[in-house]
Amino acid sequence: MNYLDELENKTIYIIREAYARFRNIALLWSIGKDSTSLLWITRKAFFGKIPFPVIHIDTSFKFREIYAFRDAYAKKWGLDLMISKNELALKEGMRPEKDKFACCNALKTAALKLTIKQRNLKALLLAIRRDEHGIRAKERYFSPRTVDFIWNYQDQPAEIWELYKSKLESEQHFRIHPMLHWTEVDIWRYIQREKIPVVGLYFAKNGRRYRSIGCETCCLPVASNADTVAKIIKELETTNESERSGRAQDKENIYTMQKLRSLGYM
Amino acid sequence: MFNQSHVNIVIIGHVDHGKSTLIGRLLLDTNSLPKEKLSEIKRVSRELGAESELAFLTDQLREEREQNRTIDTTQTFFKTRKRNYVIIDAPGHAEFIKNMITGASLAQAAILIIDAQEGIREQSRRHAYIIKLLGIEKVITVLNKMDLVNYAEEKFRELKNESGQLLNNLGITPSSILPISAKEGENISLPSAKMRWHKGPCLLDALDSLKPDKKPRGGNFRFCVQDNYEINGEKITVGRVSSGKIRLGQEVVILPSLKQVKVNSIRVFGKQLKQAEEGENIGLTFAPVLSAGRGTVIASLKGIPRTAGFFKANIFWLSQEPLTIGKPMILRCTTQEVGCVVQKIEKRIDSALAEGIIETDAKGLKTNEAGVVILKTQAPLVMEEFFAQEELGKFILESGYNLCAAGTIKEVLA
Repeated sequence: MNYLDELENKTIYIIREAYARFRNIALLWSIGKDSTSLLWITRKAFFGKIPFPVIHIDTSFKFREIYAFRDAYAKKWGLDLMISKNELALKEGMRPEKDKFACCNALKTAALKLTIKQRNLKALLLAIRRDEHGIRAKERYFSPRTVDFIWNYQDQPAEIWELYKSKLESEQHFRIHPMLHWTEVDIWRYIQREKIPVVGLYFAKNGRRYRSIGCETCCLPVASNADTVAKIIKELETTNESERSGRAQDKENIYTMQKLRSLGYM
Repeated sequence: MFNQSHVNIVIIGHVDHGKSTLIGRLLLDTNSLPKEKLSEIKRVSRELGAESELAFLTDQLREEREQNRTIDTTQTFFKTRKRNYVIIDAPGHAEFIKNMITGASLAQAAILIIDAQEGIREQSRRHAYIIKLLGIEKVITVLNKMDLVNYAEEKFRELKNESGQLLNNLGITPSSILPISAKEGENISLPSAKMRWHKGPCLLDALDSLKPDKKPRGGNFRFCVQDNYEINGEKITVGRVSSGKIRLGQEVVILPSLKQVKVNSIRVFGKQLKQAEEGENIGLTFAPVLSAGRGTVIASLKGIPRTAGFFKANIFWLSQEPLTIGKPMILRCTTQEVGCVVQKIEKRIDSALAEGIIETDAKGLKTNEAGVVILKTQAPLVMEEFFAQEELGKFILESGYNLCAAGTIKEVLA
């Protein structure tokens, strides 16, 4: 078994554990490369038909290409797609220009809170990876959140071998991170091997490409000529730039990510 | 599993002996740091009035940096010419042992770091005990802060013997014992000019020469059922091959019922396989059709694992609530789950002490104590002794919502 097979097999095992334990779960699909890879592996885990909803948290500020990709593949892959949107905050005029921290919190975290409550979800599959950010590197595969979404990062449960914590105290939910052990370049090598479709924004046009995608308002492209998956892999093998260097949330203050995540951000 | 191209290493040792600093050094010397990371470290160090702290590369939480201690385990990545490494940092404080075990349980090898000035301390011993319990046999010992003892060979020799003894007592033979200074970068990626007396390798060379376990892959077929899915009207039993191989048409035994059936198909998405091996997540159907629920174990006819309810185990107690004899708990071993009690505590061990065993025939175990115990389960459990087959030989104990212990099966009794 080669390395990508090992990564994939560990991920399938975790996804199946989550479903066996909770049944009432959902997958969070940001339409980025990581969650699209997670979606791909989840389809494999369930022999092509995912037996739970796939949630897109829609801030309404996403790139046009993201919406087009979402709608096309939701149909092609027969997904039970749920759009999670904080309509109230949008109506009241929440925008990133006002305050980026408040905007992420209202349009992503609060929107998700509503959806979890409405659907009484016990666990969410998320495609975060340890190598993305130092705070994410501290995560568990099965990570409990309180009803208020608080992540108690100073007292996380022990997680030993693959015997994941699965008993929920009332009103809690679990964040489940089946891709935690993958790195950015692993993801691209897997996309290449499996021929997984991804949003075109990742590929260079006029000397720039997006390495990480989210809201159009808060993502900046990086200088790059990598216009194919093979060239992206080559670029990543030598780069000295961090993946999220184009993401506003990570930049404002070095602890912004810690604060956002402790309040329930992904 | 020890893949030649990727190795997970946990760094263990007493608080302040330099675990996080060593990781920072490895990242720096292998050019594994994004450029903005370095400037962030410099800025934060300045703000906290400290000299540039390599440890801040892994100590990412504000609380960790301000209190200058690692709270939770973390992972970073680096690459040498030979292969890729995942480095797992583990906190050194006794109060964070549960986080240390969490990190260590993902490792295939360990670096035990010991401060050359302070020598072996409580967590050096306890961490070494824990990795042995977890089944990690590949260990490199580094004697750090050699700069503080003037790079003296004599000091190194003295500690080399002591630390070698510590591991030998646990049944571990270290792959190498090296003098280093993580802070000054001595003997990390190149031999040190300040320690010409040291004839052994530098740390990166020692890491690159770690070899996979001798334990042969393979062994008898074991498959622990995770779940059953209905796909197009057909019931498929899913799980992972934990050891050995399975072939289409092979006769297997279902445990604990001891029913014998034939493998009718081996499935992955979009394909039917002729065979599958260790580590693969597959779906199975049987002839005759059979319902094998979660927790069922499927095995080859040769070398059927024991089904028992009474066994001797090594455990490490993590809960704040003490273990008492007869306390009702849940035991989880692969996908099996069963009620259990500890009937006898043959030995109570404080692994932080050189003397180890502190009581025989004890009444209880406190937080961070280890024990050799006799366990009795409410229903039969499919099990194997840990040294023979790891997957069915390791377990956790839970009480209420929480994990309270990790353990390995020493001897199946009845």
